Amino acid sequence: MSETVKQDHAVIGKSVPKIDGREKVTGAARYTADLKFPNMLFGKILTSPFAHARIISIDTSEAEKIPGVRAVITHKDAPTLKYGISPARWDENIFCIDTVKFVGDKVAAVACIDEQTCYKALAAIKVEYEELPAVLDPLHATDEDQPQIHPEFVRNINAEIHQDFGDVEAAFKDAHYVRTDTFVGNRTYQTPIEPHTATSMWDGEKLTVYSSTQSPHYFQYYIAREFGLPMGDVRVLKTYVGGGFGGKLEPTGLEFGGAILAKITGRPVKMFYDRAEMFAHNRGRHRQYMTITSGVDKDGKILGVHADFVMDGGAYTSLGIATAYYAGAMLTLTYEFDNFRFDMLRVYTNLPACGAQRGHGAPQPRYAFEAHLDNIAKDLDIDPMDIRILNARRPNTTTPNEFLVNSCEMKACLEKAREISGWDEKKGNLPKGRGIGVATGSFVSGAGYPIYRTDLPHAAAMIKVGEDGTAATLYTGATDIGQGSDTVLCQMAAEAMGYTYEQMKIVAADTETTPHDFGAYASRQTLMSGAAVKQAGEEVKAQMLEIAAEMLDFPAVDLDIREGKVFSPGNASVTLTFEEVARHFFVNRGPLVGKGSYTPPKLGGKFKGAAVGTSPAYSFAAQVSEVEIDEETGEINVLDVWDVHDCGTVINPALLEAQVHGALFMGLGESIWEEVKFDDKGRILNPNLSEYRIPTAVDMPVVHSALVDSYEPAGPWGVKEVGEGATLPTMGCFRNAIFDAMGVSINSLPLGYEKVWRALKERREEGPAE
Amino acid sequence: METIDDTRKTTAGPKPKRYVIDLTVNGDPRTVVVKGNALLVNVLRDELDLTGTKKGCELGDCGSCTVLLDGIPVDACLVLALEADGCDIVTIEGVAAHGELDRLQATFVDKAAVQCGYCTPGMILSAKALLTKNPHPTEPEIRAAIAGNLCRCTGYVNIVKAIAAAAEIETAATESGEAR
Repeated sequence: MSETVKQDHAVIGKSVPKIDGREKVTGAARYTADLKFPNMLFGKILTSPFAHARIISIDTSEAEKIPGVRAVITHKDAPTLKYGISPARWDENIFCIDTVKFVGDKVAAVACIDEQTCYKALAAIKVEYEELPAVLDPLHATDEDQPQIHPEFVRNINAEIHQDFGDVEAAFKDAHYVRTDTFVGNRTYQTPIEPHTATSMWDGEKLTVYSSTQSPHYFQYYIAREFGLPMGDVRVLKTYVGGGFGGKLEPTGLEFGGAILAKITGRPVKMFYDRAEMFAHNRGRHRQYMTITSGVDKDGKILGVHADFVMDGGAYTSLGIATAYYAGAMLTLTYEFDNFRFDMLRVYTNLPACGAQRGHGAPQPRYAFEAHLDNIAKDLDIDPMDIRILNARRPNTTTPNEFLVNSCEMKACLEKAREISGWDEKKGNLPKGRGIGVATGSFVSGAGYPIYRTDLPHAAAMIKVGEDGTAATLYTGATDIGQGSDTVLCQMAAEAMGYTYEQMKIVAADTETTPHDFGAYASRQTLMSGAAVKQAGEEVKAQMLEIAAEMLDFPAVDLDIREGKVFSPGNASVTLTFEEVARHFFVNRGPLVGKGSYTPPKLGGKFKGAAVGTSPAYSFAAQVSEVEIDEETGEINVLDVWDVHDCGTVINPALLEAQVHGALFMGLGESIWEEVKFDDKGRILNPNLSEYRIPTAVDMPVVHSALVDSYEPAGPWGVKEVGEGATLPTMGCFRNAIFDAMGVSINSLPLGYEKVWRALKERREEGPAE
Repeated sequence: METIDDTRKTTAGPKPKRYVIDLTVNGDPRTVVVKGNALLVNVLRDELDLTGTKKGCELGDCGSCTVLLDGIPVDACLVLALEADGCDIVTIEGVAAHGELDRLQATFVDKAAVQCGYCTPGMILSAKALLTKNPHPTEPEIRAAIAGNLCRCTGYVNIVKAIAAAAEIETAATESGEAR
C-alpha cells in the first residue's frame, strides 16, 4: 500500500448529488438542439455518395430557386485553409475542392427556413463526379498499385512511427521463451445519444457558436484560424452535452459550414447531424492490426516487447496522429519491462476518418497484449493472475519510454481482484462452459502537452463570491459532457474555500465568460482543472482569512474556514459566518475573486513522439470477469465483472463508480457486438442503432467495483483519472475468460458469438483433444 | 377531425392539407394545426416548446423521445401527430407536479443514475409506465421495461438501482464496494 495522506475533508470525498441532476430529470436541461433563436434558419450538409471521386462540377442553381432556400454554399464560399490536429497533417478542407475521399465527405451545404426544405434543396444540388478507384483495405493501402488519396502523403502513409528503447533483440536472445501473436481490432463508433448540433450567429464581425462540444477552446482556436478572426471575436459555448466519448472533440462541418451560412444570410443557422450522418462523420475507434512479440524468463518475467501495428486512419488525420502514438506508448504502463520497440503505420483509406474514442488508441493494443500474455502464461503453465502480479508495475518507477509513474497500486489492484472475484477457488474449477479471465489497464490523467502547440496553461479557473456571501460562482472552461465535472469541480472549489457545495453555482465551458481550459479529453479535468480550481479556492480563502482577522482582531494564522464557518481551532468563542466575512469584504474592498491556473511540469523524453502518453499521473486498474459460453450457439454471457481501480483520492464516490460502470459498458459493447461495417463501395452497412448494436439494459453483467488506497502527489488532494481507464482491461479480460472457458482464442474484435461458434467448430473438426 | 382545405394552388401543385388536432399535453389542452406527415416528436418540441423530449435517432431505435400516450410509452418519432389526436400525452415536463420531483426523478438524482442526461427523460417515462402498471417489479422486469431506451453513459447500473429504489424493491444489480 502506498503512503496515504489521510485528510479530513468537509466536501470532497462525498457523494453529493449532481449539480445539474434536477434540471436533467425534469427535462429543463437545454441541449444545443433545444435552443431556438429569432429568425433562425436550419442547415444541412450535402455529402459524397462515393468513397473516392473527382468533383467535375457542382450546380447549385436549381436548389437556389426553391422557395425557402436562403443560401447554398460550396468550397467556393469557404476558406480553403486545411485543418486537423497538427500542422504537419492539416489535411481536411471545410468543403471538398477537387476530390471526395469517403462516403460522407462534405461537398456543399444549405440554409433554409425549415428542415424539410433543406432536404429538397440538397436533392436539387447537381454534382457531377468521376468515380475513382478507392482504397478500402488498410493492409494494402501502401501497395504500389493503390490509388493515392492525398497527393502529399506518398503511398497513403499518414504516419510512420519507429520507437526503440533498450535492446529488444538482446532481450529476446536472453529469453527463456519468445512468442508472437497477431490480433485485429474493430472500428467502433463513440455513439453519443445526442446527435451533434451547432448553431452559429454573427453580430457584426463577432461570431457566436453554440455547439455540442467537448472542448469549446479547441473549437474556438480552429474556427478563428479558418476565418482569420481574432480569437476574441469567436465565442464558442456549450449548453448541456449529451455525451461525447471523444467524438465531439474536434470541430466539424456543422461549425465551419454553419458560420459561413450564418454570415451569408445574416441569420442564426442551426446545423445538425442525423444518426446516419453521425456514423458517416465518425471519428471513432481505429481498427488496428497488432502483432506483438514478447520474450520472458522461465518465471514469466517480461524481458522485452515488440509491438508492430498498422491502423486504418480513414480519409483524414482527424486526431489520429495522437491515437497512433498512444497505441504503443500506453503498452508500457501496467507491467515493468526495460526493452520495448514500437512500430506503427497509420494509413489512409477511403473510409470515414478515425479519431479519439474513450481510451484513445490504447484499448485494442491492451486487448492484444493481455491476450498475448495469457497465451504465454498457458504455454509456461503459469496462472494468469500470477504472471500479472509478477510483472506488475511498482510506484515511483519510469517506463522504458520515459513516463514517470508516481502512485501505482497495480499489484494491489490485482490482489484485490483476485480476492473479491474468488479467483483461486474458481480458476480451473468452474463447470463446463464457464471461464474466468483477468486483464489490466492504465490511463493518463490528462495529457502532459496541449492539444495544439501553445504555451497557454492547461487549465484556469476563477471563483467569484457573491456580495452577500450566500453564493459563489465557479467560472471554468472545463467541459461537463455528462461525466460530472461541474459537480466535482464545485466540490473542490467549496473544499478549498471552506464553503458548502450546496451554495456553489457554476458557469462553465464558454470561451467568453470562463477562463481558458482545454476541455474534456484525456481524462484531464479532475486533476488539471481541479488543480486550477483548488488554487482559485485557496486564493478566496486567504482573502477571507485576512479580512476576518481584521474583523475579529485575531491573527489570521490562527483562523480557519470550513463549511461556511470562520473559526479558530484553538478558541471556540471566535466565530463568524462565511456570509458575514464575505459581505464585509465586498463593502470594504470590492468583489471577492480568486483565480488559479495549472500547467503540468515538464515531462517525457527527447525522442520523436515523446510527448504523447506523458501525464502528471496514471490510473491503474485490474478487471476479472466470469463468462458462460453456449457451446451450441457461441453465445457469450458475461456473468460478473470485478473492477478494482487505483484512481487516487476520490472526490465523489458515486460519480466515480458511475464512470467505472459506463466505461465497462462501453468496453462490453466493443468486446462482443460493436463494429462499423462497410460494403465493397465503402458505404456503411449499419449506420443506425438497431444494426450497430450497443448494449441494452438486459445485456449488462453484474458489476462489482472496488478501489485500493492510493494518493497521487501530482494531483490536487491526491486525485487522478477514472473515466477512460476502466475501458482498457475489458476486451482482453473477456477474451481471456473465453479462452479459459473453451480453450479457444478469439484473435479479433468484436469477439462475437459467431466467432466463438466457428472456433469451437474448427476445433471439433480438428479431432478430439488429447 | 377538422381539416383545413386550402384551395389555393402553388407552382408545385395543390397545397398539402392541414389538420387541426386536439391534444392534452401534461394536462394542458392544446390545439395545433399540422401537416399529415408531422411527427408527434416535432410537434412537441417545435410547436409546443417541450424540448425535454429528445431526438436521438428518429428511427425508433434509441427511445430518447419516449412519451406516454394514454399511459403507454411510445417513441414520439414513430407516431404521427394525427394519430395522437384526442389523446392524453405526458412528457418529461409533466412528471414533476407543482415543482416537486416525482419519486422516480428523485431516485434518479439520488442514485447517480444521470450522466449526460440525454436519455433520462425517455428512461424516466418508460420507468413510470412500468411502475404504474406494476408497482413492485422484479429486476428483470425493470431491465426489460427500459431495454428500448439506450444509454451510453451509465451501463444502466444506477438507472436500474434508481427504478428499484422508487419501487422499493431490493436489487442485486450491483454490489459495489463503497469507496474505501
